[in-house]
Amino acid sequence: MPYIPHTAEDVRAMLGRIGAHSTAALFDEIPPGLGVDTLPGVPPALSEMEITRLAMERASRDGRPLNFVGAGAYEHHIPAPVWALATRGEFYSAYTPYQAEASQGTLQVMYEYQSMIAALTGLDASNASLYDGASALAEACLMAVRAHRRSRSARILVPRTVNPVWRRVARAITEGQGLVLEELPWCPQSGTTATEALAAHAGEDITAVVIQQPNFFGQLEDVDALTRQARALGALVIAVANPVALALLKPPGEWGDGGADIACGEAQPLGIPLSSGGPYLGFMATRMEHVRQMPGRIAGRTVDQAGRPGYTLTLQAREQHIRRGKATSNICTNQGLLMTAATIHLSLLGPAGLTRVAEACVARSRELVAALTASAGARTVFAGPRFHEAVLGLEVPVAPVLEALAGQGIVGGWDLTGDYPELGHALLVCATETRTTADIGTYARALESLLDRARAA
Amino acid sequence: MENAMQAREPVIFELSRPGRTAAAQQPPPAPAHDIPERYCRQRPPALPEVSELQAVRHFTRLSQQNFSIDTRFYPLGSCTMKYNPKVCNALAMLPGFLDRHPLAPAVTGQGLLTCLFELQEMLGAVTGMAGVSLTPMAGAQGEFAGVAMIRAYHRGRGDLQRNEIIVPDAAHGTNPATATMCGMKVRELASGPDGDVDLAALDAALSPATAGIMLTNPSTLGVFERNIVEVARRVHAAGGLLYYDGANLNAILGKVRPGDMGFDVIHVNLHKTFSTPHGGGGPGAGAVGVGERLLPYLPVPVVGRDGAGYRWLDERDLPQSIGRLSGFMGNTGILLRAWVYLRILGADGLRRVAEFSTLNANYLLARLIEAGFDPACPGRRASHEFSLTLRREAREFGVTAMDFAKRLLDYGYHAPTTYFPLLVPECLLIEPTETESREELDGFVEALSAIRREAGTDPELVRGAPHTLPVRRLDDVRAARQLDLAWRPASQ
Repeated sequence: MPYIPHTAEDVRAMLGRIGAHSTAALFDEIPPGLGVDTLPGVPPALSEMEITRLAMERASRDGRPLNFVGAGAYEHHIPAPVWALATRGEFYSAYTPYQAEASQGTLQVMYEYQSMIAALTGLDASNASLYDGASALAEACLMAVRAHRRSRSARILVPRTVNPVWRRVARAITEGQGLVLEELPWCPQSGTTATEALAAHAGEDITAVVIQQPNFFGQLEDVDALTRQARALGALVIAVANPVALALLKPPGEWGDGGADIACGEAQPLGIPLSSGGPYLGFMATRMEHVRQMPGRIAGRTVDQAGRPGYTLTLQAREQHIRRGKATSNICTNQGLLMTAATIHLSLLGPAGLTRVAEACVARSRELVAALTASAGARTVFAGPRFHEAVLGLEVPVAPVLEALAGQGIVGGWDLTGDYPELGHALLVCATETRTTADIGTYARALESLLDRARAA
Repeated sequence: MENAMQAREPVIFELSRPGRTAAAQQPPPAPAHDIPERYCRQRPPALPEVSELQAVRHFTRLSQQNFSIDTRFYPLGSCTMKYNPKVCNALAMLPGFLDRHPLAPAVTGQGLLTCLFELQEMLGAVTGMAGVSLTPMAGAQGEFAGVAMIRAYHRGRGDLQRNEIIVPDAAHGTNPATATMCGMKVRELASGPDGDVDLAALDAALSPATAGIMLTNPSTLGVFERNIVEVARRVHAAGGLLYYDGANLNAILGKVRPGDMGFDVIHVNLHKTFSTPHGGGGPGAGAVGVGERLLPYLPVPVVGRDGAGYRWLDERDLPQSIGRLSGFMGNTGILLRAWVYLRILGADGLRRVAEFSTLNANYLLARLIEAGFDPACPGRRASHEFSLTLRREAREFGVTAMDFAKRLLDYGYHAPTTYFPLLVPECLLIEPTETESREELDGFVEALSAIRREAGTDPELVRGAPHTLPVRRLDDVRAARQLDLAWRPASQ
């Protein structure tokens, strides 16, 4: 019996102690006629040897294509110690640290993680994780509505340069509470949000403005001007940031004159594998004045009865297990193990390492864009500074190109046609420190020959 | 001298020295970047600067300050802390799955999609539901999806006045919090004295404003809701839908299915029932299953069959969907772990989970009653968990459930869930799970009995516990009043 230690003698003795004739008798409170005897639809058991073979077969069928897509999830080198440590049973199989004395390891990791997120974002306080970047944006919108004491509108301006899937997620999660997420247009030359688009809302009651840096197109927004303009509207500022880019870019806490109020985003680039889409790591940080409106678990440093330093979950009166229907969010389980991995990752890289990764991303991305646009048929769409992604305009529809590239073992980018039809045949590409000059050459040659063939046809 | 294992581990920032680094982890230097200065930060972020060995040693030592399933019996009620098989982790981390970008074309993900499709089918079979979406990233997000679907269903019928969700007083806090997040009003329902839903109170709560009811069965008191068929009949007759909180699904796997009880929507905590890791507080996965009438509203994406292969179905395929809840497709790596677990157990293994978790709970309950402890629901059969009330001990010895919990840590056992459900005074909610041996359960009975004796002879010893862990009880009031949420050199 997989994972069940009982011998026949154990069962007999235990039933005797209970005073039951059989294990079936233990289910005698289930109304008769309601039960099932079998589970058709669940196949018979496999041994560990058999499931291993099956899983390896399926995993290898998916191959390991050369990856040039980002669009919210980024391939980075993950130091070997990160997952060797994070999958230690003491981290992997522990519960939420409600019994603080028996969970000082997890709690101290949370405190260190919060410290690192605060350092990256330039804000005072971080929580100990949310599910992912998209749901973190949704929670940030809900938090802004609670935190803004004067605004009554629950209107949040969200530029169309913000990740389109995240915008949809934010809408799905906040709709029930009556939030109104309104789009802001982008400038066709720079691919960024124009301050005039914000200024057009002067005199209105706007609760918050979302600013993503770098934005979904990989372009750098003028975060200082946008933050100032948002403040002029009396709105709070929600920053969406890439934590690797923050090694180089101005932290949200220093944007504009007063900084953003909330920063959130996807911390997957910090040591978390692409893993076909998850589990990832939503982060969120804020200024001390709003900390009681922040959702999610927070660890605090305190002292024990003997006066020694120790860690505990704090500000729990915000949370569902205490406040129930009046909690800041329903979030309970979060992404503890990924938070642990990110903390180890950041410790191994340090400021110098993370900066070097970010610089390498910029360099590789420039090299990629230069290589792909060297021949006819592909051009960059936007001018202005970028981080590690770029929008390319193709002469031909993107989908068949990506399909053909996939056949050659290349994931060539993300087709923007569905979300941004106004861009025409537009492709979002990405290169990080993991792409070599040879990788980039492979992609450039494949694309060139595909585009040549398309032109000839 | 302080025991080496109890020595305080410095904050990693205290180990930091300017210029030190784990050099092997850095990419080669790149040419100077071209980002204009006004976009850039003025100084590097204040991250720790340590060597690779320092980091490895630091996090290894921190891990050793945790209780975990791999090291201890962890009878935390309603959390299903069972063994997390190592193979589930190993196979989910195979490079083909792990290195795959979520936006890579479906043709390069047929192996993954096959696994996830099978998982959807198996969860549908186990719960008795017509359709499953794997996308919710935790139980609470599964609850959100469920209540959002109930809301969408009523709205889709033009039934706009249904804005109340009925929640029993014994429910998890996530239930009312979820109802609020979905813009619903919470209507609380008192439990009857034997733990079952009070049908008269239910009738009083039902109205044309009822959107639905959220129930856990077996309930959080650890007993099976015997009136469930009648509850379902009355809620449906009033026009409401039934939501099943899957927290306690472990108790009934392969024995009785929520769909057959009359539930319209369910979430499954894969990190409980299907043994994916709790990870020190996540990641979880909260797949949702629905009956026929909620099928059009399932959150996307969902894995669909497409000719000979599989692909993600999205908003175009399910235009009435409540939408997306995650940036990609949920906690895929966790879903893979659950798939491995289900395939290893098979149909018979799943039934054994219910049988042996119930056997263990009833054995432990019987032994604790013999040892003089009071069950919260006398005369009721335990499901996979049960609650004790330590009201008598608190009165006689001035020693609370919290004191018992902390003293158990000294005996090497993780504490049960305390003070939940809230309606049981001095409550310990105990869930042993099927993966624990009889010897482990016997040891736990002996520990609780010993603490009871200590409470009589030396109550201070129990009230001052724990005594053997890296820290004693922590000052939570100070933690909340003098907030120290991030390390700063000045705070040293």
